[in-house]
This record gives sequence, C-alpha cells and structure tokens, in this order.
Amino acid sequence: MPADKTPNGNPETGAFFQRDRLWHPPAFTPTYKTSVLRSPQKALLSLDNTISEITGPVFGHDMLGELDNDLIHNFAKPGESAIGERIIVYGRVLDERGKGVPGALLEFWQANAGGRYRHKKEGYIAALDPNFGGCGRTIADEDGNYAFRTIKPGPYPWPNGVNDWRPAHIHFSVFGHGFAQRLITQMYFEGDPLIWLCPIVRTIPDRAAIETLIAALDMQATIPMDARAYKFDIVLRGRRSSLFENRLEGN
Amino acid sequence: MVQSLNRLKESPSQTAGPYVHIGLTPNFCGIPGVFEEDLGARMVNDKTKGERITVRTRVFDGTGTPLKDALIEIWQADSDGLYNSPSELRGQADPNFTGWGRKPTDMVSGECVFETIKPGRAPFKDGRMMAPHISFWIVARGINLGLQTRMYFSDEEAANAEDPVLARIEHRLRVPTLIAEHKGGGVYEFDIHLQGDRETVFFDI
Repeated sequence: MPADKTPNGNPETGAFFQRDRLWHPPAFTPTYKTSVLRSPQKALLSLDNTISEITGPVFGHDMLGELDNDLIHNFAKPGESAIGERIIVYGRVLDERGKGVPGALLEFWQANAGGRYRHKKEGYIAALDPNFGGCGRTIADEDGNYAFRTIKPGPYPWPNGVNDWRPAHIHFSVFGHGFAQRLITQMYFEGDPLIWLCPIVRTIPDRAAIETLIAALDMQATIPMDARAYKFDIVLRGRRSSLFENRLEGN
Repeated sequence: MVQSLNRLKESPSQTAGPYVHIGLTPNFCGIPGVFEEDLGARMVNDKTKGERITVRTRVFDGTGTPLKDALIEIWQADSDGLYNSPSELRGQADPNFTGWGRKPTDMVSGECVFETIKPGRAPFKDGRMMAPHISFWIVARGINLGLQTRMYFSDEEAANAEDPVLARIEHRLRVPTLIAEHKGGGVYEFDIHLQGDRETVFFDI
C-alpha cells in the first residue's frame, strides 16, 4: 500500500502537525498510580520533524492471514468459536485534515467476555476462554476504512485503588505513514457507566477528548441474527506540505 | 465567532497497559498460532548491507528499577542513511533491511535486544548531516503517551559533535543520556531513565 499521495503523485513528506499535549493525557497523572514513577519530570525537547520522523514503515495487505481480523475464530479450535457478545468494530483511520489514511496498520488486543486476559502475568479469577486469544490486526483500505469481528470484552478489576474496575475496552495500536504518527489508545463502549469512574480514562483532561474514544452502537451496520456493530473512527496527526510541493491553498 | 478550520483532533493516547504483548508480540507472551511470527522481530536477513550491531537496552523507572512490561519500537536508516519508507525520496533503501523493529523488555531481566545494523547519516532539514542515530518509541503500563527519544553511538564522537539535534540540548550534561555505550564486538548498551537525575532526553516531535 503506498503512502498517501500529493496532487502531483508523490508520497507526502511534510512535517506532522504539532501534537496538542493539552488534549492528550499528561505524563504525570497520580490517580493512575503507575504513572507516578514512570513519568518524565523534565520538559520534553521540542523538535521540528526531520526525515527520521516523517518516514515510517508501511505494511502490505499480503502479510495478513485470513483470520487476523476475526478474534472470534483466530484462536478457536476448528468448528468452535469464542464465547461472548458477538460484535463488529468498524470505522475509518483519518488524519487531522479529514483525509483517510490508506494502508494504516491497526492492531488490537482485549480481555475475553469475562474480563480475563490471556497473559502469564494476569491472575484474575475469571476463567480463560479456550477459544479466545484476544489479538487481531488489519490494514485500512484505500479510503482508510477498517473492520474486525470480536466478542465484547468484559470489565476488569485492577490493583490501583482498592476497588477500581476498567470499563470494557479494546486496546488499539495504529501505524500511519510516519514514525511520529505512532499511536496507542483504547476504545470504550457507548453507555458504559464505568468509563467516567476510570482513573486511566480520566488521565485525559478534556471530556470532549474522552468522548472521541467511545464507540457508538450502530444498528444500521449490525448484521441481524449475527453480530451488533460499533463504529470507532481514529484520527492520526495531519501533515503539512513539504517545501517543494507547497501550494498557496495549503492542505 | 469566526469560521471553523474544519480540522479534526488527534485521537487522545491511552496507556498500552501491562498486557500490550497480547496484541503486539503475541508469540512472545504465549499466544501462538494467530500470527506466524511477531511483527518487527527480525530487521535483517543474510543479504542486509552494513555493519551488524546488537543494541541492548533497558528502561528504568524513577526508583532505578527496570521495567519488565515495556515495549520498544525502533526506526532507523539503512547503512547508506536511507529510510525504507515511501516518504523517502532520496533513493531506494536497502530492500533487505526493514528499518523497523519491535521488542518487549524481558519479563525477568527487563532487557530488550535488537539485532540490527549501524545506520548511515541522514540530513537535517537544512542539509547538515545528522549523526547516525536510531529513533526509539517506548510504551508501557504507566506511560500515558508513547515516549520518543533517540539513541546515538559513543564511537561516533566527531559526528555527534556536529549533530544538529544534539546541539539543541541546552543542558549539555544531559547529552550523554542519548549516547549508547559501545561495549566492543558491535554491542551497544543504551539505558533509558524515565525519571530522576539521569533522566533521558525525550522529544516532542
């Protein structure tokens, strides 16, 4: 999949828009306890993008296996499937200019329907599902569209406060066209009351920013008698024109 | 009120959490069979041009304890200083070198090892050459937004001295936090300190 093209057919090579670090969570968020010792205390050094940041690897659809975007089946024994609420998660990967990001690599991971992760460091008493691994990936099409099937994850208790529970969530890792676009985030589900209690959600200072991480139930994309659908769009950093391709109208 | 610029806001970051390995290195954490191999595990093959090197890195928290649940990605130029990316317009990078690697830190030792090649020099925006460097991106439980830094090489003193990015660091005693120590035999050690006296320089890029 080629990187996004300029009107003259060349790949885009401009610097990325500056990150709004008042919109993202700050590093030091003490109600999320682990951040206390893992947050830099000195100021970041601002650096306009060089070629080391505006470039990045691009992944081809040919690397994908047939079931990479089907978490209901990609770990299941033949003829079996994961237990839980069957859902489709779909959306678009856009940049801040509203342009689709073709070829974006999306990777996702999650707990099973009971909130149990398949990970050796995890000891929650809820049972593993023998037919659920919890990982998947896909690559956005030429317009930035993506979709995958999974089961809806359950909420999950964690040792932060004495009685803290994560809302149901799916972790997303997204790769655009430049290393500086690299982003990891989490998707939440419309209507979940745990969202507004969660110290990790609330590392994000702005309620409007949090709302952009809440996927909407979409009955029109739901497949009757099969799976409900949730829509989740993801926005990566936009990029400026590079000097030699500058047009007055910009982009 | 004025007209809207009609721009979207970037999706806000969230921590990768302690189970980032499930999604990004499932074979490493005991979920075999979904993906053939973990993405980014191999950067070089038999035909890759350049000097083979090993980068050993650890990430320390504010108490000096190594993180055992971090995930690191690196991105670098090939031995000629070209990036294996469609946005690289200066020439064709070595097709036998991905330029990109991904590794979790070891769950016992906290160490993370990349087998790669020493990168060539690439130009800064104004045409001055940057010293050989590897870009790092670090995520983990407790890190709300991935941290970006660079690793330079202790045996590139002359190039480091004229590097335009290192030159931007006002407090010169912090420059060594970005320089990996050459241990001989092509092995470089790069310790990353998230916090405290030896805090690594992180970039807002």
